[in-house]
Amino acid sequence: METPRDLKYSREHEWVRMDGETATVGITDFAQDQLGDIVYLGLPDPGASVEQFGKIGEIESVKSVSELFTPVGGEVSEVNQAAIDDPEIVNKEPYGAGWLIRLRIADPAQFDNLLSAEEYEAHTTSEH
Amino acid sequence: MQPSADGVHDPYLGTTAAERAAMLARIGVASAEALFAPIPPAFRNPPLRLPPPLSEQELLRELSAIAGQNRHTGELISFLGGGAYRHYVPSVVGHIVGRSEFYTAYTPYQPEISQGTLQGAFEFQSLVCELTGMDVANAGMYDGASAFAEACLMAVAVTGRRRIAVLDSVNPAYIDTVRTYASGHGLPVELVSPEQPRLGAEHACLAVQQPNGLGFLEDVQRLSEAAHISGALFIADVDPISLGLLREPGAYGADIVTGSGQALGGGLNYGGPHVGLFACRERFVRQLPGRIVGQTKDLDGRTGYVLTLQTREQHIRRERATSNICTSQQLLALATAVYLTLLGPAGLRQIASLCYHKAHYAAGRIRELPGFRLASDAPFFKEFAMQCPCSPGELLPALLERGILGGIDVSGRVRNGLLIAVTEMNTRGEIDALVAALAEAVRP
Amino acid sequence: MTADTSDTKVKAIAVTRDSEKLAAPPNLARDELGSALSFDRSMPGKQGILFPAMDVPESDLPPRAFLREAAPSLPELSQLDVVRYYTALSRLNYSIDSGFYPLGSCTMKYNPKIDEDIARLPGFAGLHPLQPEDTVQGVLRLFFELQDLFAEITGLHTASLAPMAGAQGELAGILTIKAWLEANGRAGRTRVLVPDAAHGTNPATAAMCGFDVVSIPTAADGDMDLAALEAALDDRAAALMLTIPNTLGLFDPNILRIVELVHGAGALMYGDGANLNAIAGQVKPGELGFDVMHINVHKTLSTPHGGGGPGAGPIAVTAALAPFLPEPYVIVDEEANSFRLVRPERSIGRLGAFHGNSGVLVRAYTYLRTLGAAGLREMSEAAVVNANYVQARLKETYTLPYDRSCMHETVFSGSRQRARGVRTLDIAKRLIDYGFHPPTVYFPLIVDEALMIEPTEAESKAALDAFCEAMLAIAREAEQQPELLRDAPHQAPLRRLDEATAARKPVLRWRPSAGAAQP
Repeated sequence: METPRDLKYSREHEWVRMDGETATVGITDFAQDQLGDIVYLGLPDPGASVEQFGKIGEIESVKSVSELFTPVGGEVSEVNQAAIDDPEIVNKEPYGAGWLIRLRIADPAQFDNLLSAEEYEAHTTSEH
Repeated sequence: MQPSADGVHDPYLGTTAAERAAMLARIGVASAEALFAPIPPAFRNPPLRLPPPLSEQELLRELSAIAGQNRHTGELISFLGGGAYRHYVPSVVGHIVGRSEFYTAYTPYQPEISQGTLQGAFEFQSLVCELTGMDVANAGMYDGASAFAEACLMAVAVTGRRRIAVLDSVNPAYIDTVRTYASGHGLPVELVSPEQPRLGAEHACLAVQQPNGLGFLEDVQRLSEAAHISGALFIADVDPISLGLLREPGAYGADIVTGSGQALGGGLNYGGPHVGLFACRERFVRQLPGRIVGQTKDLDGRTGYVLTLQTREQHIRRERATSNICTSQQLLALATAVYLTLLGPAGLRQIASLCYHKAHYAAGRIRELPGFRLASDAPFFKEFAMQCPCSPGELLPALLERGILGGIDVSGRVRNGLLIAVTEMNTRGEIDALVAALAEAVRP
Repeated sequence: MTADTSDTKVKAIAVTRDSEKLAAPPNLARDELGSALSFDRSMPGKQGILFPAMDVPESDLPPRAFLREAAPSLPELSQLDVVRYYTALSRLNYSIDSGFYPLGSCTMKYNPKIDEDIARLPGFAGLHPLQPEDTVQGVLRLFFELQDLFAEITGLHTASLAPMAGAQGELAGILTIKAWLEANGRAGRTRVLVPDAAHGTNPATAAMCGFDVVSIPTAADGDMDLAALEAALDDRAAALMLTIPNTLGLFDPNILRIVELVHGAGALMYGDGANLNAIAGQVKPGELGFDVMHINVHKTLSTPHGGGGPGAGPIAVTAALAPFLPEPYVIVDEEANSFRLVRPERSIGRLGAFHGNSGVLVRAYTYLRTLGAAGLREMSEAAVVNANYVQARLKETYTLPYDRSCMHETVFSGSRQRARGVRTLDIAKRLIDYGFHPPTVYFPLIVDEALMIEPTEAESKAALDAFCEAMLAIAREAEQQPELLRDAPHQAPLRRLDEATAARKPVLRWRPSAGAAQP
């Protein structure tokens, strides 16, 4: 299971990558593996404002529904339409083409509340 | 009834007493009683006051006698409608749904060995879409009224608005069903008039029937526009037989379409089981209640069918499901599919025409009688409310004496109103008999 | 979770299949499976049924705005085309009449043929629901007696036959409770408690009725966690929805304590009757203190499932709740010596257009008249013996998470096989190759890799033994040839289906242009 070192993670199995004032959010390799074949993504519209750890949508496999949360708060600037059209890319490239949303972040200090790659790996081991 | 050679009264048991004794030994208990030990002893083996068991031949005799206390539509001349119509059920329909491969199967949870049920459901969904002019349909609902009610709840979920507007001309049993379903969340149900359907920004839907509860046609195009101007969904409940002749709801902008599939090969069955039709626009598919079958491939690339979009449903989404429904009245849906496939477009057009012209012949003849007139100038299809010169409560018993079920008393809605339905089952002779009987019944 | 659909795998399998096909000539007389829907078989000009000639003068049609412009694209087939097509489809189904169907919580028992015949008598099937009551006294009497029979079996006061399915019975039952609470000054109760092992219909129903759902955990022994129940029971609790026996197939020995706690907190007991086959005639839930209970007549009372309905879900209630029952309800008018349909005084309203699924209820009535009290007790007792026998034969090989005797069904976990890389789904699919319908899998949700087996009383010992032998053989295969399971079934009309693509790119109907089934 891949856990890139340069990302930050939430306990709810989302990752976030910082790029200037923009944050990109997705689900982890561990999460996509647990879900199995992802068939549907329900994501917020651009312009929506979201709070750290707040619900931003749903992700469905054939026989499960899970809620999606955002690791950081802010205003949604972009939604990955390619992933909505073809959710399989979230299975294939969870850290790449399968990202979910981009945000203009509200408060960089929120990153301090997140897990490092090592901490996230320890979290998944204990949960599993 | 005599017990079996083995001393049992349940004729359908699969094991003998000796086998059960051997099984109990394998289980490691002395008697079956031990297996029931968790039940509080004081409540075990309560007295059970049931009628004595009957052998098959006794049962048939007794139940035939009970059935004989009913006078069925095959021995009477019937003009009853009001949401259930006596249409011809082709022999093939009964033979197909009577195949035990269909009727003794369960919900198709294992698609590899349930393709008959699944493909039949896919046929049904496709046929409902073709008939209604809608994008998608589910595999079936309990009946027309509950489908109509679920459509209103779906409109609330889609729009995020709480008020349900129903046209006051809708069948009262349907309105009552909407009220029951809406009561859970305390959703207000408002009856609005077809002339002035006042809708606002709080209305989730405008729900109508075409034809309406008195058989007359609504100006659905105008009503659909009125709903959409206020941002509400337009829900149309239709008589599927009428769609052989009348405009399909997809063509007048309906967002959700419901209907009773009873007329399509389902039979009367004293009101149930029937099947409800439910179709909608593609963009609402994730809010659809009920079961949906989709097409896919197997590992060898062969076409097959599966239950799909199941995350909407109660067994996965639980308290956030689109509905708690977990049946599709599959066997009735299958009957509907077989029926429509037998008829084809020409057959459907023929049967719709037979209904239309016979109903108009009947209405025309009755109107010639003194004191009878149609309750509305609006066009109608196969059913119409007639204003009578006296109370239908007086007329109907007189008709029944002549073996005629003359219609439904709707005097609560129309003064001295009698709702008369005519289908292809009614011969000209039957219609003439109705006219003669009415003439005689009102004669002072 | 479902089939592995990677391209390479599909190709590899397709190749072996092609080589197998060389041995036998293609069966040209029979359609390639699923390749043609009725629409694809359509031939313009064919019509499978003809109608009488018009025997009345034709009238003017309504204005054009009301008329359909183009006929619907229904298929055009001859009568034999239709019969062949649907007969071919029927043969792709597994059914009770063709084999053992141990679906847990579904009670797939034999559907007696005489019940079918009786329901089809014209004196029942040919009745219009709005006929005058004096022309339908037979069926109203049957309804009246059936209300009593359900009350007697459940130990409650009376019953409503209106609900058209188990889930609609739940809806009616919870709305009835809600109405009673409101009428008794307890409208502020906004929560319904539901065990974590419950069927999805329970929380879905509670939500549809406007309640918040509170999940009550199951204790390690399979019974309800009483401490959690007590903690959840405050003045917001409206009801506890409890399946009896529970969805693990266990009868909770603390049932009286549970009822006491619930009633003590001012809430009501809702009984989910999905598992009534275990206890009918053995104990009456109403006497234990349940206030409402629905009965799935398509389970316990042996009416057919029809491939997913129609069933019926009548509810029985206490005397206090009776005035709130749905419309209609049958009473006897002693004075007129006749039966009448009425709306209960403070009814929650109608659930559908007419009186419920009469045709299904007639079958339930005939079944009860056939068994009588002694037969009903034999039925549930034999169902429990059969389930425990299967449990005893399989418990050495499959993990039994709650190791105690069960009622009418037994729940195993495929965890031991999972450790070998074989999932419960694979075991289920392999059973198909052995000629059996798989048990219910992955339910209840609280059991890892759950396998829920309900054999019913109708099965012979030989059938149970054959099934157990198959389960044991599959467990051996899981050790020795796990790939055999992961590719199963090998003997079914179709191999595993790609459910992921079905959900990602839904094809939900035939389309005129493409023809949905093009290869």
